[in-house]
Amino acid sequence: MPSNSTTLNPAGEQTIRDAVIRLAGNSQDGIQSIGGFLARLAGRSAQEVMTYMTIPSTISGGPSIFQVRMGTGEVLSAGDEADFLLAFYQHSYDGHIGFLKEGGVLLYDSDHVEPDPQDHRFVKVGVPISALTVEALGGSSREKGKNLFALGLLARIFKLDVEKLRLIFKERFGGKAEDVLRNVNLAFDAGFSYPIDNVLDRYYSFQVSSDDSTQQVTMDGNTALTLGLITAGVRYGAGYPITPWSSIMEMLRQQLPKYGGVFVQAEDELAAVSMAIGFSYAGRLAVTGSSGPGISLKMEALGWATMAELPLIVVNVQRGGPSTGLPTNVEQSDLLQAIYGSHGDCPRVVLAAQNVEDCFYTALEACRIAQEYSVPVFILSDMSLASRIEAFDEPDLDALMVEPTLDLEDRPQGYKPYDLSRITRHAPPGSWVEGGVFPQVTGLEHDESGHPSGNPQMHVSMMNKRREKILALAKSLPPSQIFGDDSGEVLVVGWGSTWGPIREAVIRELDRGRKIGHLQIRHLNPLPGDLEEIFQRYATILVVEMNDRGLYGYGQLATLLRGKLCNPAIQSLAKTDGLTFKISEIMRGIEQHCPLAASAE
Amino acid sequence: MSSAPPAVKAERGVLTKKGLAADHPTWCPGCGDFAVLAAYYKTIEKLGLPQQNIVTLAGIGCSSRFPYFVNTHGGHFIHGRSLPFASGVSLGRDDLHVFVFGGDGDGFSIGGNHLDHAGRKNFRMTYVIMDNFVYGLTKKQTSPTSPPGFKSKTDPWGAFDRPTNPMRKLLSSGATFVARTHATQIKHMMEMYERAVQHDGFSVIEVLSECVEFYKGAFDAGNPRKGGAFEVIDETEHDVTDMAAALALAEEPWPGPFGVYFQKEVPTKNELEKELIEKTREKIGGKSDRDLLQATFASMR
Repeated sequence: MPSNSTTLNPAGEQTIRDAVIRLAGNSQDGIQSIGGFLARLAGRSAQEVMTYMTIPSTISGGPSIFQVRMGTGEVLSAGDEADFLLAFYQHSYDGHIGFLKEGGVLLYDSDHVEPDPQDHRFVKVGVPISALTVEALGGSSREKGKNLFALGLLARIFKLDVEKLRLIFKERFGGKAEDVLRNVNLAFDAGFSYPIDNVLDRYYSFQVSSDDSTQQVTMDGNTALTLGLITAGVRYGAGYPITPWSSIMEMLRQQLPKYGGVFVQAEDELAAVSMAIGFSYAGRLAVTGSSGPGISLKMEALGWATMAELPLIVVNVQRGGPSTGLPTNVEQSDLLQAIYGSHGDCPRVVLAAQNVEDCFYTALEACRIAQEYSVPVFILSDMSLASRIEAFDEPDLDALMVEPTLDLEDRPQGYKPYDLSRITRHAPPGSWVEGGVFPQVTGLEHDESGHPSGNPQMHVSMMNKRREKILALAKSLPPSQIFGDDSGEVLVVGWGSTWGPIREAVIRELDRGRKIGHLQIRHLNPLPGDLEEIFQRYATILVVEMNDRGLYGYGQLATLLRGKLCNPAIQSLAKTDGLTFKISEIMRGIEQHCPLAASAE
Repeated sequence: MSSAPPAVKAERGVLTKKGLAADHPTWCPGCGDFAVLAAYYKTIEKLGLPQQNIVTLAGIGCSSRFPYFVNTHGGHFIHGRSLPFASGVSLGRDDLHVFVFGGDGDGFSIGGNHLDHAGRKNFRMTYVIMDNFVYGLTKKQTSPTSPPGFKSKTDPWGAFDRPTNPMRKLLSSGATFVARTHATQIKHMMEMYERAVQHDGFSVIEVLSECVEFYKGAFDAGNPRKGGAFEVIDETEHDVTDMAAALALAEEPWPGPFGVYFQKEVPTKNELEKELIEKTREKIGGKSDRDLLQATFASMR
């Protein structure tokens, strides 16, 4: 806060542009829910918001954090450092005090936390949160409700809109027993009425957003992706539970029957992908998905879908690998798997979502491409997008909604399911073929009628057919959008969820006077056709991604780009600590590959 | 209504062998599978199903080449996954008649897990397992149903792993129609097909279909013309809804009885999902997709 403060009012009120608030406790304390309330409130106040959370991979309990960054103007990442730390336990304090900015505010539960008395870098505010919550709720020894007491404190400190918060409580708890909502309000009120000004010398208030015109919605990336699929007309699918994909399949299972559709929880990943392909063969646009381990299991069947030329949506919510890896951490190490993962030369489309809002639009685009080119399309998301909450403009459903169709038109005499002269569409069962010769759909190499063919020339021709339609898609892609300088010292290239921290790092570098641009690639297979020309305009191309530098020194996208473009200016900034990139890490990487002083001379 | 009684009769198309035959089968001369195919043509002709609504699906194996030899919409999927593939086809479309063909490797080995779940979920479809007790397409390796002592390229000294008991496996999967027949007994095979097609649910038939190349004479014990006995289950004695009695039949010594071991009316997955949709849509007042989605977004404001 102090760094982006704009005015200091005499009444002990400081107006701020945005704040990073880190809530640290245990996973059962409900810090996720107060984080969620803060995010929703920000969304409803036309503020930008982004959250970041860690969940222990244990079933219940264990240290956990929820970080909310909210404010006016564009919020691009969850923030490297916290302006404000709320610590419920000693371990919360010990583990997270290092993330608090110098001069930041430490709010702690004085019943459980003893801060280092020698440390004078922070504004320390101790409140007996546990005791006061128990008192407010009339003697529950389980300290339930202290999250809401803490939210009350925050509401007072940040002058949050209490009426809006109460409405959110009502929506969240209104359906439950009456005393639940009453206790929520009691705990919140106790926190809100605590005389915090005895220990804190000022309140903070967010700059009023100038743009109040558009309605915002607040959700996490998995929800946005699911709603994108439904908007795009997906009504069928199958999956198997795995973190962090499960919440997509749960939502599809619960939502699709309302739309007349079916989602099956299959016996395993192989069955899930096969069933989804069965839906697709039957003429229904279908989805399957998983995370790394499950995607590995689906690969054989996905090759069949490429060979049979069927549309299919495959979601991979990436987590840390290899093997069981880091189930609740983030990584982008499944890019090459998505592109090349099946045996044989098996072209398909791969898209990556950049932020929560983009999860929605990427799902829409994937469905359009899958049907237009009759091809499987991968949507790559990741653990950080899956669970983080953002607010974005409510999509215009009248413009975007796609009605599902089932094409059972009669096919003409001499119909060829795999006509070599065009991009073909599948004729689902139920469609009549004039002349009465019905198509076969197969994973064997086949002729234009779908019957097996071992003819060498036919294999070459069919291979061309499957490749050329992907290249046709590449030609139809819009020009790549560069942020910042369109030529200069360095172009930072990323894909997927690194969008936010890269953009923020590039903005800071631009402010420092560096000639720098940012390009986030969303079409990863096929790649856009204009990269070669764009890359020539910069001295260094720095590809930032959350995967290993590999045996030859380059991350997965960097490897692809070097292979495609043979441009030695392409460098790699890759990491695998299971955490999202910090802005400072990217800035350090840029500096390392392209020292500012040297280039300024 | 994949394998339920046909609601619609064929209006166009030629449902004779002439109209239903496609590629000439790639099977070896004398293979039992020819008879299985011939009985399929005849059953379709007899039932008069609309040709464009019949789907012939398979996994991988000699027998799984089946779809290429039938002029219906066909799908030749990957090894072992024909059942989940067919389940998607069945659940995706109520107007199709879904038939799946495969062998013992596809059904009992690589795809064994799917059999258990297709059975308990009771998808509407008919599954024909052409069991020849050997891997034929890959030229004589031990199969899950190869009997002890069978000499294959992977067990030249004679197989010693205990074989799968196909009928026990099918019964325990929860399949709601389980029958057994012999490829040399065309009339019986057709009767089993017909009853399987008319059963509303997951109907599965094991057909003993000889591989003349790699396991000649395997099923002679069930063929009267080769000195064996074709013992047909007497349904006045055997109650087909009695699982314990069915399991007892499965334990009878080789070659065992033929006919319907088990049949029970149980709600299909297709029906249950349809009910779920109807109930859910009723609860939300039959709102349009757009209004539903709009309401979901509104709840996230």
